[in-house]
Amino acid sequence: MDEPIAWAALSAGRSRASGRGIVGRSADRLAAVIVWMTAAAVSAVFLWLLSDLVRHGAGQLSWAFLVDPPSNAGRAGGIGPIVQSTAWILMIALGVALPIGLGTAVLLAENTSSETLSGRLVRRSLDVLAGVPSIVFGLFGNAFFCVYLGLGFSILSGGLTLACMVLPILIRSTEEGLRAVPTEYRLGGAALGLGRLTILTRLLLPAATPGLVAGVVLGFGRAIAETAALIFTSGYVDRRPESVFDSGRALSIHIYDLAINIPGGELNAYATALVLVMILIITNSTASWLGGRLHAQHLLS
Amino acid sequence: MTATTSLPALRSVAEEAHAAPQPVEIQPIEIRTRSLSLSYGRKPALLDVSLDVPRHQITALIGPSGCGKSSFLSSLNRLSDLLPNCRVAGEIRIGKTDVLDPATDVVALRRRVGMIFQKPNPFPLSIRRNLELPLKEHGVRQRSELDAIVERTLTEVGLWPEVQDRLDRSALTLSGGQQQRLCLARALALEPEVILLDEPCSALDPISSGVVEDLIASLRGRYTVVIVTHNLAQARRIADRVAFFWLRDGAGRLIEEGPVDAVFDRPRDELTAAYVRGSRG
Ligand SMILES: Nc1ncnc2c1ncn2[C@@H]1O[C@H](COP(=O)(O)OP(=O)(O)OP(=O)(O)O)[C@@H](O)[C@H]1O
Ligand SMILES: [Mg+2]
Repeated sequence: MDEPIAWAALSAGRSRASGRGIVGRSADRLAAVIVWMTAAAVSAVFLWLLSDLVRHGAGQLSWAFLVDPPSNAGRAGGIGPIVQSTAWILMIALGVALPIGLGTAVLLAENTSSETLSGRLVRRSLDVLAGVPSIVFGLFGNAFFCVYLGLGFSILSGGLTLACMVLPILIRSTEEGLRAVPTEYRLGGAALGLGRLTILTRLLLPAATPGLVAGVVLGFGRAIAETAALIFTSGYVDRRPESVFDSGRALSIHIYDLAINIPGGELNAYATALVLVMILIITNSTASWLGGRLHAQHLLS
Repeated sequence: MTATTSLPALRSVAEEAHAAPQPVEIQPIEIRTRSLSLSYGRKPALLDVSLDVPRHQITALIGPSGCGKSSFLSSLNRLSDLLPNCRVAGEIRIGKTDVLDPATDVVALRRRVGMIFQKPNPFPLSIRRNLELPLKEHGVRQRSELDAIVERTLTEVGLWPEVQDRLDRSALTLSGGQQQRLCLARALALEPEVILLDEPCSALDPISSGVVEDLIASLRGRYTVVIVTHNLAQARRIADRVAFFWLRDGAGRLIEEGPVDAVFDRPRDELTAAYVRGSRG
């Protein structure tokens, strides 16, 4: 029992004597300092960005700004119709991508072992797709949804294009989440005579929720920040949309337009950017809170 | 299936039989394998295993690592279906069921043949839900019935006093030994006829291991138990019969099988003799 203690004392004594301990300790300290500095740098960039937005944009913010239509090409007025178009585009994108992504991820994770050729091929293509520049998706969406399917410049076209864009992210992170679930649950479940569907819905998917939530958050972030893919698909009409077949302007396009094309639009561009970042922060925290809750609820019910 | 005597009587007979010098076995056979072979891809793991497992006794599988003991177990409840590239050939009968027949209902089979793994594998659910999930899957839906089974099986594995006021806490908060007993309770809740255990004590500390071992010994006479163990002393303590597997030419084979005393004290095969001697010394 006291052998380990003696050993620890011995090695401590020896390293002090040889000086290795001191070197080791200062190397440790250096590593810690570097880690902390990079962490601080990352947070500093984010805080600086946020404070810049708040400093320039917060003055503009009001309830009226959120609901009123823009006037004078966006220099005055609010962003009501734009918020609405954005919401519709995102709802379509996630509403379409979520079920398809979930299904595909289950198929990939449960039916193709990671070694088979087809499995590798599908995964590799998804990884490439996830990295394709959004302008390419924009052109594809324009050619396919707007022209070929005849949906024209519309919120529907934009939403579907974004769905294509976030699908790879969603599929891959859900798949990884499913694969990370220990095999014991599968084997243990099967050994108890549980059906595949029960194992999937009661054991695997709940355990994979963190992966799914991460995918949704990433996908949502990519979708709401998207400009290039939407310019060619949902267009930039800043009127309030009557239906999903109308063209609608997304927040990010509004920011781009105000900042680049409209002299005197800077303040409202800042304010709109602030709204966008706030939406991102709120959805991120809600999603992870919800994911945690779902996880816990599943554990304890 | 056949010759169902009333349980208490049968149990006491079995206990006496164990205490006294082994008389001739007259138990009906519950599991019968003939020329059973199993391979992973091209690599054979088991070759030509023919083994009879008597009803309501404890049969221990012993042998060195990699000789196919776990593979053998997983073929008995067709869990081998889930292992990548795993192919099973030959014949397995459990009771009247032809296990390897593709038409066999594996869900029903696995309900009758419970399995406990080396590493305790409670689901990341509450203690109660761990027991209820398989029960509900097999059609037990009434709350009162579920509650009764939960209490009965937890009592059976001696866990009830320890967990009765925290049934809704996560099963992962239990200790390793408690988790293993929960897994046993979960299997028992389905009222299986056969219980397969794959080194159920090897991931546990000596005390928990002793508790689980006693529990397994108590299954004799009510369930047909097949247990893989590397602990020869344990095999000797709890088993009625022992089957010795050995790796020859890259494939696991059944070398010798018989009553526990015969295999340990009067082994017929050189390999068996060396193995039980070597592991003892
Ligand atoms: N899922 C698998 N895929 C491929 N090969 C496997 C798989 N499981 C086991 N094997 C191989 O089959 C052989 C028998 O393995 P098995 O696990 O049945 O042995 P074991 O007797 O249970 O060993 P241990 O005592 O170490 O548990 C081994 O050579 C092993 O490498
Ligand atoms: Mg094994």
